[in-house]
Amino acid sequence: MLQVTDLHASVIGAGDTEILKGLSLTIEAGEVHAIMGPNGSGKSTLANVLLGRPDYVVNSGTVEFDGENILQMFPEQRALRGMFLAFQYPAEVPGVRPWQFLKAALDARRNFAGEEPMSVRDFTKLFDDKVKAVGIDPDLVKRSLNEGFSGGEKKRHEMLQLEILEPRLAILDETDSGLDVDALRIVAEGVNNLRSPDRAFLIVTHYQRLLNYVEPDAVHILIDGKIVETGGPELALKVEKSGYEQYATAAAG
Amino acid sequence: MATPNTISRKSDLSAGEYKWGFVTEVEEDFAPKGLSEDIVRLISAKKDEPEWLLEWRLRSYNHWVKMAKTQGEPTWAKIRYPTIDYNDIYYYAAPKSSQGKAPESLDDVDPEMLATFEKLGIPLQEREKLAGVAIDAVFDSVSVATTYTKQLGELGIIFCSFSEAVKNHPDLVQKYLGSVVPYSDNFFATLNSAVFSDGSFAYIPPGVRCPMELMTYFRMNAEGTGQFERTLIIADKGAYVSYLEGCTAPFRKTSQLHAAVVELVALEDAEIKYSTIQNWFPGTKEGEGGVYNFVTKRGICRGANSKISWTQVETGSAITWKYPSVILQGDNSVGEFYSVALTNNYQQADTGTKMIHIGKNTKSTIVAKGISAGHGQNTYRGQVKIMPSAENATNHTQCDSLLVGDKCGAHTVPYIEVRNPTARLEHEASTSKVSDDQLFYLRSRGLSEEEAHHMIITGWTRDVIKELPFEFAMEASQLLKVSLEGAVG
Repeated sequence: MLQVTDLHASVIGAGDTEILKGLSLTIEAGEVHAIMGPNGSGKSTLANVLLGRPDYVVNSGTVEFDGENILQMFPEQRALRGMFLAFQYPAEVPGVRPWQFLKAALDARRNFAGEEPMSVRDFTKLFDDKVKAVGIDPDLVKRSLNEGFSGGEKKRHEMLQLEILEPRLAILDETDSGLDVDALRIVAEGVNNLRSPDRAFLIVTHYQRLLNYVEPDAVHILIDGKIVETGGPELALKVEKSGYEQYATAAAG
Repeated sequence: MATPNTISRKSDLSAGEYKWGFVTEVEEDFAPKGLSEDIVRLISAKKDEPEWLLEWRLRSYNHWVKMAKTQGEPTWAKIRYPTIDYNDIYYYAAPKSSQGKAPESLDDVDPEMLATFEKLGIPLQEREKLAGVAIDAVFDSVSVATTYTKQLGELGIIFCSFSEAVKNHPDLVQKYLGSVVPYSDNFFATLNSAVFSDGSFAYIPPGVRCPMELMTYFRMNAEGTGQFERTLIIADKGAYVSYLEGCTAPFRKTSQLHAAVVELVALEDAEIKYSTIQNWFPGTKEGEGGVYNFVTKRGICRGANSKISWTQVETGSAITWKYPSVILQGDNSVGEFYSVALTNNYQQADTGTKMIHIGKNTKSTIVAKGISAGHGQNTYRGQVKIMPSAENATNHTQCDSLLVGDKCGAHTVPYIEVRNPTARLEHEASTSKVSDDQLFYLRSRGLSEEEAHHMIITGWTRDVIKELPFEFAMEASQLLKVSLEGAVG
């Protein structure tokens, strides 16, 4: 489903410093992959580059989604093809209600698939059901998008979008950070509920704890812009115990 | 009924351009170009006006001549435009079919006029007219049709063209005309008082809640013509009315002058809600043409517990000079001003409000949102004045500016004058840009860059748009989108 080959990328305005330095990764439909790494290793850069954030530049390498090269595509074109990013720090948008935002996003996808927009009635029902399922305070969605949401509320709101938009590849950018155990369980349940043979997840995280609730098919260790080790769930536990320092020499070499 | 073929094909503009820019090919009756006492007399004669009104016009004209010689046009606003030649303007233009008069019934309305308004989204025919909205349609200098007059009449509500009001309700007109905006008020209001042609009149009797929206749609058509309409709305004791005005003009490379006066009078316990969607031709992308909109709008809360609320969405005109104001004379009266002003390309807007507190416990709220794009210049200019008699007056002002691109400008000029120590005033102001984070967030969910911009901007204007009558909120939001095309994406 997703094939990243020898990806080199940097941030515009941050000089020529490369952040991703030859990253390769293959995710098949139905799989859940975790990418773990210390701060500054390039985890968030990878998540943003995959969705095409304009202030990142890809220097070389390829990214294919369903066999299609997506590097020249706008973020919305990638989203319409089924990619999704749950943001670490979702933006606040004053005056825009979550209902309105999600209706527009869902209708954009339906339009791309040649379908009619969802009726207001059907959408409202879907929305209300999902709000309940994700455990969001119904008063919260009467406010402006992310405005005045606590850290945990923002993450739940990202999960709400994931549940409603049902993307084929969901990238979770440190969605687990700053969450208490209950919220963490809700994120995990969201992922587990949506796990299916035609959907894949890429969970970007600093800590192993989310992986107590979601069993990944593969765990990758990202150090200094490169994947230095790939393994199964046991790799996450190993890193949790002995830290990332063991890879310092590997990266330097 | 006329087919759309009778309307000029100039309307086939490409997407993203002004969509109301067509010209109706209709024979019009013009007064000779230029301004003189004779022209003033001619306009008055065409309308069969009573002597007192002619005298009032002439007094205004003489005062204007004096003003033109001494001080000239006001120069304090942050707008620039070439000198206006007041002798190169037609002060009166009316479709010949109308014979300068409003028709007796809709059956008498020229089909050409019906087709024009239909094309503007304002159907006037009995079977297609907008439900719940009574419309007075003004074409150049005359009202061509008014809907629902009969139903409203049964409640004692008068809603008609200004000319008809002069004929049928002279006492009301004489009592209130110039009572809020005196003929000597300012250069453009004085000009209007001399040459005003038509407009709308509404009177809501005591205790009556007007059951539908009243709307006036102003259409400029003839080239080289100024439009000088006059609107007078009176809500008697305990009455309520919601009034809406819309306006468009053809696509032209020469500018047109529009100098209107609107007067609102709210007596004891009365409420007037006045909403405007101003969409005059804004000029070309290069800044040629467009309407010069110099408008004086003022309301007086004359009685205790009365309320006047102005909501405006200003997307059109090359120049906007407009300060809908409220004089809070009655104790406990309330004045509100909600505004979104958008300037794109080379548009300039200098707009805001005046809240004059006289009565005790008077309260005013100002929410002004300015959006600047392209080379647009947008100024909020507002005055809050607390007179010595205004015990416990309060004002809350919020001015927000949004910049789209880096060649536009936003300016805020608030004046505050407090002459009573019990007053409480709050002023908040902000300037922001659409952030890259917001854009990426929305785009990553599948919205195009343009859709994302539109959603962010309409969200930002929400506090104002929600004040509009429901039917028009959607239209206003669409208009903001269309007006910004080319500035984003």
